[in-house]
Amino acid sequence: MINITSFNQKGTYKQPNIFGYYGDFGGAYIPEMLHRNVEELKSRYLEIMYEPGFQQEFQALLKDYVGRPTPLFLAERLSKKYNTTIYLKREDLNHTGAHKINNAIGQVLLAQRLGKKRIIAETGAGQHGVATATVCALKGIECVVYMGEVDIERQAPNVARMKMLGAKVVPATSGSKTLKDATNEAIRAWINDPLETHYVIGSVVGPHPYPDMVARFQSVISEEVRWQLKEKTGSELPTHVIACVGGGSNAAGAFYHFLDDDNVQIIAVEAAGHGINSGMSAATTQLGKPGVLHGSKSLVMQTADGQVVEPHSISAGLDYPGIGPMHAHLYATGRGKFLSATDNESLAAAFQLTRLEGIIPALESAHALCALDQLKLSPRDVIVVCLSGRGDKDLSTYMKAMENVASQS
Amino acid sequence: MSLIKNLFQHKQHNILNVYCTAGYPHLNSTLEVMRALQNNGADIIELGMPYSDPLADGPTIQASNSVALHNGMTIEKMFEQLQDFRNTPAEQDAIRIPVLLMGYMNPILQYGFEKFCRQAAELPVDGLILPDLPEYEFETIYGDIIKRYGLDFVFLVTPETSEERVRKLDALSTGFLYAVSSSSITGSDKDFSAVESYLQRLQNMQLTNPILVGFGIKDKQTFQSACKYANGAIIGTAYIKALEDAEDVNIATKKFLGSILQ
Repeated sequence: MINITSFNQKGTYKQPNIFGYYGDFGGAYIPEMLHRNVEELKSRYLEIMYEPGFQQEFQALLKDYVGRPTPLFLAERLSKKYNTTIYLKREDLNHTGAHKINNAIGQVLLAQRLGKKRIIAETGAGQHGVATATVCALKGIECVVYMGEVDIERQAPNVARMKMLGAKVVPATSGSKTLKDATNEAIRAWINDPLETHYVIGSVVGPHPYPDMVARFQSVISEEVRWQLKEKTGSELPTHVIACVGGGSNAAGAFYHFLDDDNVQIIAVEAAGHGINSGMSAATTQLGKPGVLHGSKSLVMQTADGQVVEPHSISAGLDYPGIGPMHAHLYATGRGKFLSATDNESLAAAFQLTRLEGIIPALESAHALCALDQLKLSPRDVIVVCLSGRGDKDLSTYMKAMENVASQS
Repeated sequence: MSLIKNLFQHKQHNILNVYCTAGYPHLNSTLEVMRALQNNGADIIELGMPYSDPLADGPTIQASNSVALHNGMTIEKMFEQLQDFRNTPAEQDAIRIPVLLMGYMNPILQYGFEKFCRQAAELPVDGLILPDLPEYEFETIYGDIIKRYGLDFVFLVTPETSEERVRKLDALSTGFLYAVSSSSITGSDKDFSAVESYLQRLQNMQLTNPILVGFGIKDKQTFQSACKYANGAIIGTAYIKALEDAEDVNIATKKFLGSILQ
């Protein structure tokens, strides 16, 4: 069980200090209009999350509704190709197809206990929006999802899912009309109705306590990996844990229970887009500088004048100009190793996994797989890759890639 | 004495603070807009420094921020434009009324927080409004720097802010306290009558700082309602809208402020 009361003064790798700081990153840079809401959440989230009644309901839904525990699958042909041992944590097998549902259930149950009547969320690719709309349908709660106008056009199937689930999808028409702006719009909507509404943030970003709260809800991923690995190998500890990072929620969950085990290498893979220096990238640790975005201090991709820039990634889930403060701290301290993968490398990794293991991964998760090509692996290594989501939502991108290959050969 | 303090010593009622965005509607219209505001009855100018992600602002002000950024406005450019704005060669062009800079933390952190405060104080402008600088950060890091350069700092309070917290933010503020009329973003259209009891409550608290009411002040009626319970009010969105289609900044400003004050 996690210690819910002790806050280290400077924060630890996995827990911020009482003001929400992981080292130099975190905090709550919010306008006064949100103060009461954020304060309410801050003072109650731990107490509510670890209430026996809450845990009972949460765990039951994770088991019977989501389908947890998700399998830890030994990918034999992939292992053979890299001459090592590779396990895939199958978050893609969760209900709604990704890890996002872990957090959505947790936060909606928490919102109910806070007496909130309405749920709002932001979404980029639509996975978090679908997960939130799903839980709201399950619980009969009103749900409004903010989504960039540009993303609404390119993620039509997920928009349809959310609508079918009864959520209202509101286009974000300001700024660059993508995830960053959807997040702004959701925060504004929260400002406009702070008493009745809970804002379900989908990643380990936002003002304290969101990064910590979301990381705790996602930490079920590494909690399961530990005992599953013990069953399969006799040891709870892998040599490497690999996950993709946009805002970083699946990575936070996959890393969480290994952060204090110094022998476990923590590997985060960011989206390099067309290449780190192409001007079309989303590799925040490589291109960002310390700054404040969406309520916390972290690394932010920005111009020399401090204007937030629009990132690029083929994967909408990684297309974000910031990174959770927990990850910024892992990067700054060297505890985490940050790699990046381009659009094309990720496409190739997705096709490779599909052909070797019969698993079509989400484009986000395909980025994590690219680490296998970049790390020096030994036959004695035991590697866990967090397969955060399934690739159904990316089929049109994959089909285009196949057409391109066909037309070139 | 700061110009803001000085103003409130001479005038306690019907203070009109108007927000404009630096570099809007045109890159070089910043001073022209400020002069027009001064000449047509504004008591304080709140000069917005444009940002790509202005969380606490509504669509109208965000759009003006986007236009200003597109025009090429930066903090550096703004400081250049404001150089000598208190001592222009033509005396009638000098800005004599208090000016506050309003903006968000990220661009200022990139510019260098201390350098920013130093240059702002050198101009001089009189104070800062930074809605996403929370009081914890103010008390631990930034407040000392702001005070070192003699700048006033204005905190926001809302109807949801507890009395204890209002008193704390009042104690930390200098210049005035910014009473957000409702828990909402700028430019929203909520029933103003609900706001009156909140303003009455603030008035009864006998705070140290004068109170200006912002958000939702858009015309003569809302301005007068706010002034009944506070020292004055802040207009932003409605003025930016008035500038949106303006062919002549002076004429538009004269017409707009006339509609509020006359």
